Amino acid sequence: MDFAPTEEQEAVRRLARDVADRLLAPRAAARDVAGTFPEAELRELAQLGLLGIVVPEALGGAGADVIAYALAMQEIARADASVAVAVSVTNMVAELIAKVGTDAQRRAFVPALVSGEAVAGAFALSEPQAGSDPAAMATTATRVGDRWRLTGSKAWITSGDRAGVMVVWAVTDAAAGHRGITAFLVPGVPHGTPGLSVIRLEEKMGLHGSTTAQLALDGVEVGDDAVLGGVGGGFRLAMMALDGGRIGIASQAIGIARGALEAAIRYAGERETFGQAIIKHQGVGALLADAATWLDAATLMTLRAAARKQAGAAFTREAAMAKLLATETAGKVCDVALQVHGGNGYTRDFPIERAYRDVRVTRIYEGTSEIQRIVIARELVRGL
Amino acid sequence: MQFELTDDQQMVQKTARDFATAEVLPKAAEIDREHRHPKELVARMAELGFLGIAIDDKWGGAGMDHVAYVLAMEEISRACASTGVIMSVNNSLVCDPISRFATDAQKARWLTPLASGKLLGCFALSEPEAGSDAAAQRTTAERVDGGWVINGVKNWITNGPVADVCVLFTMNDRAAGHRGITAFILPMDAKGVRTGPPDDKLGIRGSKSCQIFLDDVRLSDDHLLGEVGGGFKVAMSTLDGGRIGIAAQAVGIARAALEDALAYAQQRKTFGKAIIGHQAVAFKLADMATEVDAARLLTLRAAWLKDHKRPYGKEAAMAKLYASDVANKAAREAIQIFGGNGYVTEFPVERHFRDAKITEIYEGTSEIQRLVIAGALAKGA
Repeated sequence: MDFAPTEEQEAVRRLARDVADRLLAPRAAARDVAGTFPEAELRELAQLGLLGIVVPEALGGAGADVIAYALAMQEIARADASVAVAVSVTNMVAELIAKVGTDAQRRAFVPALVSGEAVAGAFALSEPQAGSDPAAMATTATRVGDRWRLTGSKAWITSGDRAGVMVVWAVTDAAAGHRGITAFLVPGVPHGTPGLSVIRLEEKMGLHGSTTAQLALDGVEVGDDAVLGGVGGGFRLAMMALDGGRIGIASQAIGIARGALEAAIRYAGERETFGQAIIKHQGVGALLADAATWLDAATLMTLRAAARKQAGAAFTREAAMAKLLATETAGKVCDVALQVHGGNGYTRDFPIERAYRDVRVTRIYEGTSEIQRIVIARELVRGL
Repeated sequence: MQFELTDDQQMVQKTARDFATAEVLPKAAEIDREHRHPKELVARMAELGFLGIAIDDKWGGAGMDHVAYVLAMEEISRACASTGVIMSVNNSLVCDPISRFATDAQKARWLTPLASGKLLGCFALSEPEAGSDAAAQRTTAERVDGGWVINGVKNWITNGPVADVCVLFTMNDRAAGHRGITAFILPMDAKGVRTGPPDDKLGIRGSKSCQIFLDDVRLSDDHLLGEVGGGFKVAMSTLDGGRIGIAAQAVGIARAALEDALAYAQQRKTFGKAIIGHQAVAFKLADMATEVDAARLLTLRAAWLKDHKRPYGKEAAMAKLYASDVANKAAREAIQIFGGNGYVTEFPVERHFRDAKITEIYEGTSEIQRLVIAGALAKGA
């Protein structure tokens, strides 16, 4: 048991912290107001290896471990949650291809993703009628000659209009249930892939610097070389990737909350009422004490899940627990942080207002809190 | 950063789990019902080295670290929270300060028998008018020829009725405020020491606590623990460590509630299926399991920091605050999952509910933990 990061983990964290402070934080509020996609920022993060943190160096990644990834994600999200979600999904896609792709697929897609050339990766699993229940998907891939033709629509796709590389899930055998789902590698919208188009970009409560696309697949054709991880193996692949993705989103939530809590502690140390800094009032001090405690607990849960994944152990339960606790906690912490700021917290003059909106989605995407509880309860039945 | 236990830590955990399951758990309901001090279990814990786990083997301890201590505390408390607190007091509040502040001669005389379990200890800081506000001590220690004369009353002294040795706090200079507090090692059989009747409590009924009355108790200088006027530092640093023990106790109680409720939810059927098949029940269990794990990690972190001689006051307060809250929530939800069965003494969860409550109160209430944490946050910790 060792609660201190290794030198390498600390180096990655510091690298992410420095770039987040220098590059991301200063313009985060402006990107939020204008709804600017952080393309230049993503390319710069790629130069530092932050789009492929656990991807092997041979494929252009940073070759760091999962704890380093979680720490880096926290630092990025602490500065800008919109950038963080694009980074999280891109890392997830790059890692997935590096892990299960053929040599040709790895060479074709992974360096492009981690170098920033592809800008971002996208994970096209959800559909308008298949979110928490992905096996209910309606997008089909039918055999046409020696090629596959993909038809349907995908919803809630982070960076869906910007991503140069997409993994798209489709039904290849309707009779086989979740064993009839296959994942395909598809060049993204910026490549002008025939049949692939953006139906709409969502107008969201938060994460205004991240795009969320609904996509139409109208006869998108790909070859057998686009099949990722085998025909019929898509569902298992998605679940595996989401287990890891949950560590990324848990880290994102923790980063947002950490930034909010730090701002609230700073504010409470400066703002005075009744003749003293408000942090000295027990009513305020106790709010912050609770928030700091919850957040440390959630942080440890997330790092534990990362350590389990790194060790090659089963980590489904730990990742679900981490995402559940981290995202629920982050929501509570941002609420406390806003309350401590009083009226100021409700304005855009302070960053809390943005954190409060941004953090909300972490309880929803990559498995809602309710889905995490289903996963955890299922694991409990298997034995504590 | 890694979360695996060492071989030694795993061995202590397994030893504690085997002992708790085979010998403690079968007696827990009876101990609670009879309000009985589990003397035979304390003797067994002495044999196992559990009464001075983190004390150097040179002084009769097991020579393990605080991570191992926390793991053992959780296992014992999972079976019986009363037995857990007896262990916690002897380890954290008695052996620990003596190991840090006593002279070698004092250690030979007191620590070796305490850590090896030949003697049992208690810790007397609280008074009728000095609980959370520990500096408001009224027990006096007066300098006399050849030593001290002590008068006063101590309150809520866990192990008081059964202890051989007491780490005692007194005020010998009221004008000096908390710098006027001095600690002593008091043999409980000293002339003038009297214990009141055991407190009749909501929970942890197998742990005996009482008032201690001190009437002209004479102690020689070799009973001083630390420096004259240094008692507040002894008390506060000891409570930092004590909070880790109570956090571990709370994790144990929470785990008991979780495990009992999980087993019940898989057996009990309603509407044609085991009630864990209903999301309303399953989600409670998912939350409980998540929070128990989080509480354990906070507790282990505090213990690890103590082992590595790093500051851990804030982290110990966080562990106790969170773990005690989780224990109470878990026990409440466990009763809810058991339904009417949870409300009767035939099943163990009403005991967990009663036992959990004290963890939010003793060794610093949750409100005091928040003051400690907020103070650290304000200083930038």
